[in-house]
Amino acid sequence: MSKIVESLRYSKDHEWVRIEGDRAFVGISDHAQSELGEIVYVELPPTGERYEQGEEISTVESVKAASPIINPIAGVVVEANEELDGSPELINEDCYKNHLYVLSPFDQEQYDGLLDADQYKEFLATL
Amino acid sequence: MIYPYIPHTNEDRRAMLEAIGVKSIDELFSVMGEDLLLEDSVPISHGRTEDEVQRMIDSIAQRNVRGIPFLGAGCYDHIVPSTVKALSSLPSFVTAYTPYQAEMSQGLLQAIYEFQSMICEITGMDVSNASLYDGANAAVEAAGIMIASKRKANTVLVSSTIHPFALRVLNTWAAGADHVISVVPAKEGTIDLESLEGMLDDSVAGLIVQTPNRYGLLEDYTGIADRLHEQKSLFAIMADPLSLALQRTPAEWGADIAIGDTQALGLPLAFGGPSCGYIAVTTALMRRIPGRVVGATVDKEGRRGYTLTLQAREQHIKRERATSNICSNQALAALMTTIHLSSLGWDGMVEAAKQSYAKAHYLAYHLAQLPGVTLVWDKPFWCEFPLIFSDAKRMRKFLQELRNEGIFAGVRLSSLTRKASDELVLLVAVTEKRSREELEIYLAAARRVLK
Repeated sequence: MSKIVESLRYSKDHEWVRIEGDRAFVGISDHAQSELGEIVYVELPPTGERYEQGEEISTVESVKAASPIINPIAGVVVEANEELDGSPELINEDCYKNHLYVLSPFDQEQYDGLLDADQYKEFLATL
Repeated sequence: MIYPYIPHTNEDRRAMLEAIGVKSIDELFSVMGEDLLLEDSVPISHGRTEDEVQRMIDSIAQRNVRGIPFLGAGCYDHIVPSTVKALSSLPSFVTAYTPYQAEMSQGLLQAIYEFQSMICEITGMDVSNASLYDGANAAVEAAGIMIASKRKANTVLVSSTIHPFALRVLNTWAAGADHVISVVPAKEGTIDLESLEGMLDDSVAGLIVQTPNRYGLLEDYTGIADRLHEQKSLFAIMADPLSLALQRTPAEWGADIAIGDTQALGLPLAFGGPSCGYIAVTTALMRRIPGRVVGATVDKEGRRGYTLTLQAREQHIKRERATSNICSNQALAALMTTIHLSSLGWDGMVEAAKQSYAKAHYLAYHLAQLPGVTLVWDKPFWCEFPLIFSDAKRMRKFLQELRNEGIFAGVRLSSLTRKASDELVLLVAVTEKRSREELEIYLAAARRVLK
């Protein structure tokens, strides 16, 4: 059973979003990281660019596959988690502590429309 | 004894059909529709014996006209040490399969690794792949990197001075992939920087240029890299790798991608191919380089070893999201380049490049004294230069007269571009292989024709 954090919102593409003030942190869920297996590279998005909801924003490469990260809510990338550049395995170690990038401003309405923890749990059960 | 080339006897076929429980060849192919089956036999003549074929090929080969080549336009007659053919013909190299299994392919993997190291040294770039099919193929892969690296950009600018064939291959690729190739015009034989400035906008993913260019001229890229990087666009320089022994390297011009064809390094003319392409990039683009890359590592006992690495961009990993469909390389041709460079060493490479330069300039200087031809653009060149004739009749006569003397005087540019505006341009290439005597024969014949 994969771990789900109560306070976060989730997309059906297995990204999570956490709001801190006017900043939205985006990462991948425990389900996603365990499906991917050992992560060997994270391609970080360029900062200063606006991405729409559902747009491919970066790629995570694991020993099994190279998978796209689908941006869960629209916003401008203000920060990418540079730590992942040399240590992509941090995502395997704790995927909820280690985000991929930060959006600000972001689309509040789209955030409200994401799955909450219970809904995401239900969604995972259907897979 | 004369054997047919087909290895299976009727008995073999019967045994195989029996093993899979099928009565006849027709039954084996019965899933195919009737309309797909040939009613008559294929209209080709009956097989010939090995000896007959040998004689036939020999008689065709005898129709070849031999001469002293001053032909270039992308394919050059350089001196190739005999080590190249001797070593690259070793069965272990000739028959080697893709080195997927590192444990049984260390020799080939090391050879490719050495190739990559040499390409990096020559171009000044950080990372080279294991080779591509040819220079035009490398140009397409560079364009692919550009498009993949800049969001919402679908245009690649290409100088009109790159090799005509590379431009055609780029256009073919762009048409299939829904990308746009915009051609930057030339001014006096080199890329027109003013026109370039007017073409730079957000849709531009990058620029591909070539030096020495399609006329043999060396181009000046001062300021271009910075200008492109301001736009978040990439810069690719295509160059004859031998010329890089003398001229500024792609890295020194600030290029993100170095591309080209290694034909000048150890590959025979062979009617224009097979050749070998190279592509090398900066560390920032390491994850976008297409095809194979061989990396050095250590085994569990700490011994140095080699293995394929960083293949995440290939389509068997990224499937439909792959940014390149290259899944192979040109290992044997790359090996020939590697052996060639190992035999020459850096000093030998510089010597070959310098001699080519000196001999080409000697011939150009003396030809320019003759009436009816000019070196119209006063621009620097290396081993090849454009000789412009005053009229087509004079050019034809020139080519014919020199051919009568056993000299292939040059390549008509219009034969590659099919453009009327190129009809009076003759590309003359002079490598280190041309002797003083050969140059004098050329000049004497030229003086007789152009008086």
